[in-house]
Amino acid sequence: MGAALLDVHALRQSFPRADGGEHLVLDGVELSLAQGQIVGLLGRTGSGKSTLLRLIAGLAQPSGGTVTYLGEPVTAPAPGIAMVFQSFALFPWLSVLENVQLGLEALGLPEPEIRKRALAAIDLIGLDGYESAYPRELSGGMRQRVGFARALVVHPNILLMDEPFSALDVLTAETLRTDFLELWGEGKLPIKGVILVTHNIEEAVLMCDRILLFSTNPGRIISEIAVDLKQPRNRLDPRFRDLVEKIYVAMTARTPAPLQIGTSAAPAATLNTVLPRVSANLLAGLVETLAAAPYNGRADLPVLADELHMEADELFPVSDALQLLRFAEIEGGDIKLTDVGKQFAELGTDDRKRLFQRQLLAYVPLAAHIRHVLQERANHTAPKSRFFDELEDHMSPEDVDLTLRAVTAWGRYAEVFAYDDDSGTFSMENPT
Amino acid sequence: MRLFVPISVTGWARLFSRWDILAVLLILGLLVFLAEASHNVLQPLAELQKQPPSLDPRHLPEYAARTTLRMLIAMVLSLIFTFTYATVAAKSRSAERLLVPLLDILQSVPILGFISVTVVFFMSLAPGRVLGAELASIFAIFTSQAWNMAFSFYQSLRTVPIELEEASRNFGLSSWMRFWRLDVPFAMPQLIWNMMMSMSGSWFFVVASEAISVGNTTVTLPGIGSYIALAIERRDLAAVSWAIGTMLVVILIYDQVLFRPLVAWADRFRFEQEPGVAAPESWVFDVLRRSRVVERLTEPFAALFRLSMRPRHLDKTRLVDPAKRPGRRWAFQLSLLVAALAAVALWQSLRFVVEGITLSDVFTTLLLGFATLIRVIVLIAIASIIWVPIGVWVGTRPRVANYVQPVAQFLAAFPANLLFPIVVSAIVAWRLSPNIWLSPLMILGTQWYILFNVIAGAAAIPAELRSVAVNLRVRGWLWWRRVGLPAVFPYYVTGAITASGGSWNASIVAEVASWGDEHLQAFGLGAYIAQQTDAGDFHRIVLGIVVMSLFVVVINRLFWRPLYHYAERKFRLG
Repeated sequence: MGAALLDVHALRQSFPRADGGEHLVLDGVELSLAQGQIVGLLGRTGSGKSTLLRLIAGLAQPSGGTVTYLGEPVTAPAPGIAMVFQSFALFPWLSVLENVQLGLEALGLPEPEIRKRALAAIDLIGLDGYESAYPRELSGGMRQRVGFARALVVHPNILLMDEPFSALDVLTAETLRTDFLELWGEGKLPIKGVILVTHNIEEAVLMCDRILLFSTNPGRIISEIAVDLKQPRNRLDPRFRDLVEKIYVAMTARTPAPLQIGTSAAPAATLNTVLPRVSANLLAGLVETLAAAPYNGRADLPVLADELHMEADELFPVSDALQLLRFAEIEGGDIKLTDVGKQFAELGTDDRKRLFQRQLLAYVPLAAHIRHVLQERANHTAPKSRFFDELEDHMSPEDVDLTLRAVTAWGRYAEVFAYDDDSGTFSMENPT
Repeated sequence: MRLFVPISVTGWARLFSRWDILAVLLILGLLVFLAEASHNVLQPLAELQKQPPSLDPRHLPEYAARTTLRMLIAMVLSLIFTFTYATVAAKSRSAERLLVPLLDILQSVPILGFISVTVVFFMSLAPGRVLGAELASIFAIFTSQAWNMAFSFYQSLRTVPIELEEASRNFGLSSWMRFWRLDVPFAMPQLIWNMMMSMSGSWFFVVASEAISVGNTTVTLPGIGSYIALAIERRDLAAVSWAIGTMLVVILIYDQVLFRPLVAWADRFRFEQEPGVAAPESWVFDVLRRSRVVERLTEPFAALFRLSMRPRHLDKTRLVDPAKRPGRRWAFQLSLLVAALAAVALWQSLRFVVEGITLSDVFTTLLLGFATLIRVIVLIAIASIIWVPIGVWVGTRPRVANYVQPVAQFLAAFPANLLFPIVVSAIVAWRLSPNIWLSPLMILGTQWYILFNVIAGAAAIPAELRSVAVNLRVRGWLWWRRVGLPAVFPYYVTGAITASGGSWNASIVAEVASWGDEHLQAFGLGAYIAQQTDAGDFHRIVLGIVVMSLFVVVINRLFWRPLYHYAERKFRLG
């Protein structure tokens, strides 16, 4: 291991909350990047991994802790740290060549050198012949190649990648990953270290030397996994599969809140739990899939994700919601239907609603709370803002919005209460 | 592309903030200052005499060229204003708080009101020469163009995609480089659209800005506007027709030589490419692009431009902590200065009011304001009933829309004065009430914004939605109620807001009309301002302007703002 390129120490990021408290996004993050390494930051949406990347890039300022690059604290975008963006972030009015040249122009290099280096980068990344094309003429894969060329051309020491493959289709993403790893392995890239943000577990295992797992709310590093498989890696290699499984177990182990009730191992929601925004239809769909063959009530999460063509990041909210409503349990990277879940799978539409209603009122305190408030009030209506203000003391406004949408959708499905978006009021009555 | 809506409509914060009050004070102070300055220099300038313009159509090309030049200079000034004012407003939080309400109030000040209070001031800058009058005229045109361009640019700067902004910072672009490489290109399509609208709007005020008469000071600048004014004074119908023809030609040339190439060029800056929309074309742009000569001529400028973006000293600025930008230190001094200016403005206005305005004047103007308000409401309602169905009908037929759009654009530029001969003769001949029959002139130029927007809205109804309606056999009134009207509603509201604002503006021209010796006047605030301008009574001019601005801002916030947000939330497709 070479000297550390980058050190992150006790990094914290928080935003002020409405009630004067603060909403913690990242907490106590320790990270160091050595020369020749690819470090993966893996976590769910809202784990603050993209925030961390922006702090490292100097695009945002931390609330506490330090980012040190080559011995100097990073307080502004540092030369030598370049970034590849999820949405490519190409300038639509600049041609491929102009996009690639942009960073060099900002460095104030002489024009012949700008041109030479840009053409070399374009050549390296496989964009030959596209120099004069505009981004809108390119496919997603080619666009991201421009993104890579633009970052590499400034010869950065560190390349930051913010989910660079997630906006691409499966095949294109795989080609791009392989090409990148090949160039990296042959030492053709003018970079010394890489930090990759991803929510794709297999992608992390495929590309990274070390993987840092992040928890959500706030984002903390919950574990660090070293990947010592040789490149190129084979997804079907049993050791590869083992690592993927291990990460699934780690990522589903402590969600959403580590609170135990009675004998059930499933965590219980409190009034202030951020609810996953998952439609009742999707929940019912997963319950039915699990109940049917070949799963017969129990499935391995990585296998299930693969079969359903869902990213882990898409599957987790659904499994969380099932767990929350006690339709399923998750342990050791497996999801297992409960008796109630199995019963749900067999019922018709109206009975399902009744069962869903029971579970919702019993296990989602916010739903029960809204219902209770409505019953207490003389006119059986209450404005959304009443609950918004109440929740805002405990979570960020975006989370409140998400949670209220989730509970509204479930409440409507279960006919626990009605909601009128025009006036923003909850009520007991459904329109007749 | 959509019309721009004033911030007093789009904003969501409290109805009026202390920043609004500050903005009102500053503008009031400015108006009073200009009026007082004008008052003092009014007399000596009265002797200024010019060679009288002629109604000979042979002079028209020259007049047209001079008018065009004025409009172009005003456009350049508007662009400079846009790039500086809007940039400061968008980049500095502390400046934004004052600059945005300031612009909002400025936008509601009637354009002809600006002329009334500034003309003498500008003429005093170059006493006894044409230059002063030219400046006044250009300034008037500038006020009809600049505000909405600045707002459009400000809005664009606020919506620059976050990832492009991060990329610029990640690759260390200097702020100058960022401005030209990111901010301006991103804002360009919307800005050009607003420039076109501004140009149409300024035609409407060309007549008033070239034939200026405040009190005893009368200045006539050679141009199409003054030609029209003279033709009306001398009851020369042939000359009026010549003027209309010339205007048509000039507008066509503008469209072909300036705006179409600009639109075609700006297409590359479109951030999102809607599929299926053909790229705009322009033969002038094609010729310019392919020409070697043009390339040679522009190359030195392009090189100079690139050179200006080269960082002179490497990276010093980049390592500065953005939280410690020097801006913060200045903010306090700046706010002290603003507070001082506001205090001066308040004192000046109070003195001005005490000197020349009685309480009954205030009541009178308020009453007149209500009269004009009723006119605006009724006219917008009538225009809506007429143009919404037609707009929907046209918008759902793309081929018809292609023909109607340019015609409507021309009509929007058509100055109300040109209709004076017909309207005044008719009112006199049939002894009609000017209070009712002068009113249509107010909406003459602005009703087209309703039509434009409804056409755009109807064209934007997704093909699938229309197919569903056909499939379910939704027809007749049910179709209008459930499909057509809801789909165009947000567009309609935007158009109606522009039309209503424009009608207030036009009332100063439209509530008084003359044809030769026949002078007609309606009971309204616009007529009041026009009348006081003729009389050179600066106290009452300012009072009229202030009351009118007040009406516009209050209506924007109390009526249009809730309606706009409701429409955007409930009916915006996609």
